[in-house]
Amino acid sequence: MSKLRLIMYREFIARIRNKTFIMMTFLGPLFAVGMIALISWLTSVNSDGPKQIAFIDETGSFFLNFRNSEEVKYINYTDLTLEEAKDSTLTKNLYGLLYIPKKASHKESTESIQFYAEEAPDFSVLNSLEKRIADKLTVQNYKKQGLDVAAIEDAIAEVRIQVENFSGEKTSKYQHLIKMAFGGAAGYLLMMFVIIYGNMVMRSVIEEKTNRIIEIIISSVKPMELMMGKILGTSFAGILQFIIWVIFGLGLLITANVFFGITPEPSGVDSSILLQESNPQEIQLLVQDILKLPLGTLVIFFFIYFICGYFLYSAIYAAIGAAVDSETDSQQFMLPILLPLMLGVYVGFFSVLEDPHGVVAVTFSMIPLTSPIVMLMRIPFGVPWWQIIVSIGLLVGSLIFMVWFAGKIYRIGILMYGKKPSYKELLKWLKY
Amino acid sequence: MSNLLEVRSATKKFGDFTALNNVSIAVPKGSIFGLLGPNGAGKTTLIRIVNQITLPDAGEVLLDGAPLEPIHIKDIGYLPEERGLYKSMKVGEQALYLAQLKGLSKKEAKERLTYWFDKFDISHWWNKKIQELSKGMAQKVQFVVTVLHRPKLLIFDEPFSGFDPINANVIKDEILQLRDEGATIIFSTHRMESVEELCDHMALIHKSNKILEGKVTDIKRAYKSNTFEVGLITEDNNTILQSLQDKFSVVPADFKTIDDQLKLKISLDKNVSSNELLSYLTSNAQVVRFNEVIPSVNEIFINTITDNE
Repeated sequence: MSKLRLIMYREFIARIRNKTFIMMTFLGPLFAVGMIALISWLTSVNSDGPKQIAFIDETGSFFLNFRNSEEVKYINYTDLTLEEAKDSTLTKNLYGLLYIPKKASHKESTESIQFYAEEAPDFSVLNSLEKRIADKLTVQNYKKQGLDVAAIEDAIAEVRIQVENFSGEKTSKYQHLIKMAFGGAAGYLLMMFVIIYGNMVMRSVIEEKTNRIIEIIISSVKPMELMMGKILGTSFAGILQFIIWVIFGLGLLITANVFFGITPEPSGVDSSILLQESNPQEIQLLVQDILKLPLGTLVIFFFIYFICGYFLYSAIYAAIGAAVDSETDSQQFMLPILLPLMLGVYVGFFSVLEDPHGVVAVTFSMIPLTSPIVMLMRIPFGVPWWQIIVSIGLLVGSLIFMVWFAGKIYRIGILMYGKKPSYKELLKWLKY
Repeated sequence: MSNLLEVRSATKKFGDFTALNNVSIAVPKGSIFGLLGPNGAGKTTLIRIVNQITLPDAGEVLLDGAPLEPIHIKDIGYLPEERGLYKSMKVGEQALYLAQLKGLSKKEAKERLTYWFDKFDISHWWNKKIQELSKGMAQKVQFVVTVLHRPKLLIFDEPFSGFDPINANVIKDEILQLRDEGATIIFSTHRMESVEELCDHMALIHKSNKILEGKVTDIKRAYKSNTFEVGLITEDNNTILQSLQDKFSVVPADFKTIDDQLKLKISLDKNVSSNELLSYLTSNAQVVRFNEVIPSVNEIFINTITDNE
């Protein structure tokens, strides 16, 4: 076995035998599901039962429209005076009191409706009340005008615009969102992977330094081999973890399908929101849209950017690990890693969403440290080939430079103890 | 006797600091070579150059007559002063890994490890993690890993630190046996008594420069000052002392005796032989002690360093 493979293998085994890794791999998905369940439970706890709203309808013609629902329960206080009703609302701790006074006409009445509440009422509650009263009044007005209500209801048109591109293919309205979701998921995944596994690389380097085994190792292998072995071995552990998660996810989906008859939904898209108000045809279009994305290209570029981006950042992580004596000392060097990562994600989520081909989006998809994230987010929207080529070229170029640079720092740093180096000192090491 | 290792005019700078200044050493085949020097003299840098961990800015290193190359890694075994093992890795796995990094096949490594583990009676440690072992135990594992691939050149940096006297002896015997089996050993230490005991050659590095090198016996011969320690039983100490002081340069000496003696250190001029002194002494007093003062490595070390300050 070549030395590089030996080192890779050791790193890989050391990573996957680690208790944290095993916990993360097997409990991570459960944890994620648990978190979602917890959040939805907390949300349901937060809204404490149906809101109780009292009303006085002096006109006597609207209350029929106030039907109890799961969210709101209506209590008829029409028999009481306004003052009595207010007192009662307060003492019974109801949500609020709706007061419809009797005026000369319904129109005048509706214009002076009051809602009494201790706290500012929920916007949606007010909206629904207004709508109910307005609906009722509208129907009454139709009748007053002698119009046929049934005919009018029949005549009301409901419009859903169908989006179609110039080559005549139908697309759903959510295409933009789907693309964003795919790109966003890819970019975000890359960021998480870099942070989690980059940190592992760094910790592994620091471990060798603090264990003082480093000098024994590098009397047998070149520092560069050691560094590359570490980065590769750790990334294989990461890939294994991803594969396990995917299998887990598929398993969960299949189980869910068998037991509850839930159809698998396209991943990465928050389908619950989309499906709420769409009809079967829309869903079909949605699935069509996903299939129409350049999935092949997407996967290929995902891997290219993923691998290059990960290597670029891991090399920096390895150099930082070599430069410091302990993890606490590494904080001062974290900025050059976290800043471009954050910048990439924010530029991705804001600029790309707004205009995938805008100046900011294009620029950041060229700059090597942010390009893996931003370009991954742009690719679903279709990126000109020359931009991809320039971006990958710059990325690979800086990757090679960074590995060389990190190798230099690494070579010197692993043998330096006790000193907390400054950036200036690191530059000096390049000349050794 | 040919040289296994030759370092020729090695110079290494770290920024403005010169860690090694034009240092040359020659380590004869089959010797135990003591590499001495105060802290920060440049020993570790020199050792790292030999191990190809750092490259010299100038100068060359020859191993068995050939310029040092990556393939020589398997010919060198290095036990650094700053040593350690992966704490959470099992002893056996770890030893196998390190042996394979030195170029042994897994099968070979396993066979040899079994041999050494049996020899040191530590086979039952195979599945233990390093963090469960004591420091001395871990040192033993480390020693095995260093010598496992049967290198031509062994470099030990403070090999006895962390060992109790019994285990230090076990290790010392192993080192001697390795030498007898043909290995050449470089030995870097501050414990002068072990240099005295083990080394046949030595070099002294001070402030990035080599200031002394050669056979230990030659160096001692060069540093001896024709001085003799003498114990006399006389009838009248004062008369004898007076007459001796007229002829030679005499200072009082101090050594342990069981009876009352006149204890002196007598230095002779180069042209005066010890026999002349002895016959003068025997004719005037009863000689109960007469031996040449040979400088210890420790004295040579301290004297040379102070002279070069």
